[in-house]
Amino acid sequence: MERDCCLRVFACEQNLLSRPDGSASFLQGDTSVLAGIYGPAEVKVSKEIFDKATLEVILKPKIGLPAVQEKNQEQIIRNTCEAVVLTTLHPRTSITIVLQVVSDAGSLLACCLNAACMGLLDAGLPMKSLFCGVTCALDFEGGITLDPTDKQEKESRALLTFAIDSVEKKVLTITSKGSYSIEELQQCIATSQKAAEKLFQFYRDSVSRKYSKS
Amino acid sequence: MAAGFKTVEPLEYYRRFLKENCRPDGRELGEFRPTTVNIGSITTADGSSLVKLGSTTVLCGIKAEFSAPPTDAPNKGYIVPNVDLPSLCSSRFRPGPPGEEAQVASQFIADVIENSQIVLKEDLCIANGKLAWVLYCDIICLDYDGNILDACTCALLGALKNVRLPSVKINEETGLAEVCMKEKSPLKIRKNPVATSFAIFDDTLSLVDPTAEEETLATGTITIVMDEDDRLCVLRKPGGSAISAEKLQTCISRAITRHKEVRKLLDEVIESIQPK
Repeated sequence: MERDCCLRVFACEQNLLSRPDGSASFLQGDTSVLAGIYGPAEVKVSKEIFDKATLEVILKPKIGLPAVQEKNQEQIIRNTCEAVVLTTLHPRTSITIVLQVVSDAGSLLACCLNAACMGLLDAGLPMKSLFCGVTCALDFEGGITLDPTDKQEKESRALLTFAIDSVEKKVLTITSKGSYSIEELQQCIATSQKAAEKLFQFYRDSVSRKYSKS
Repeated sequence: MAAGFKTVEPLEYYRRFLKENCRPDGRELGEFRPTTVNIGSITTADGSSLVKLGSTTVLCGIKAEFSAPPTDAPNKGYIVPNVDLPSLCSSRFRPGPPGEEAQVASQFIADVIENSQIVLKEDLCIANGKLAWVLYCDIICLDYDGNILDACTCALLGALKNVRLPSVKINEETGLAEVCMKEKSPLKIRKNPVATSFAIFDDTLSLVDPTAEEETLATGTITIVMDEDDRLCVLRKPGGSAISAEKLQTCISRAITRHKEVRKLLDEVIESIQPK
């Protein structure tokens, strides 16, 4: 049933901004997101948590002001990062992840998650595991398309985005659009777990390339 | 003594209970709080319902208005959901513009309507390209004690089933709409989505229908929305503990049984308010 089990070309550049503590830009096909990470830094008293760091995610759309949709995605990205970043090691501090959408050509949330993870890696923050975002589109014949473009997203019947951790390959985050059966869900999870391995290999390659250069 | 222990070590307090497969309020891990539904509570609204899950109380009112259909889809109407979490319902909310949680809940309800096709937007069109219904679905939380998404979804479904729209005819000569308030017809409800939420405790245990206290102590939450054909409409797991596909399957099975429970409850309530 899997017609198109390949991901689009992805590319990543780390440490490209000078002011943030960590930065990364992540490209998946024509979708591109720029991430800047500040922290651990001073935190506003009202947001201070006594036993862990306060994690904040700011998602800037390409055009216009952030709306309800962005708030929803911010919460998803923040909760995903909170699950892997060891915030208890930096109590009473703030970690801010700023994501700027550069271009959106499908699978935006997955790309945001990937950019955030690469940024956190560049900032050198202690993490339990890595995570990656994978989007699956289900078409009307029941086929699964990984990492769909915006055109494929529009033509699809359902769209699922997962975040998968690198240690146990378990599912950290799920969001979905459209309706689908339980079997289709399980198939999508299995497919995205396979795709996640490719992504983690890419993470490894791009980090080793960065360190072998300098 | 127990009260002091709970204040100092809330997590350990909960673990002691969970070890015995029960929760401090006496429920088992897979047990919902008593659910009560009251349909048609607001007589001035076009459709309304009040849902209580334990002490969580949510009120949904639906108001129908006329509008011109959107230019890109002249055969469709609008459904505009909004979830309000006022400072009245819990100390965690401040007065002022809607906070993140309220916005996320609104988006969730909009996703439920969109994905499940509960009401087809084509059904809301009166005259193609000229006139359509707008359904404003306002959901207000009166008492916040966790699991707001399940309560909101149930209240929305109850209120939509209660909507009675007057029949409207377009006068050929004047081109104006004529409303006949005597002939009222219900909306066509195509699907019955029901939400089931779980809190993941210590990365392993999943508690169904978490209270506000359980939500703050939990390491993750999952919300599953299913329709009567056992299809998933919304699956929301925003971060938190990672779960395996098998664990997810057991949660889905629980959601299927919950769907039957809620469906039965709603049917009974609607039956009881039918004028005989």
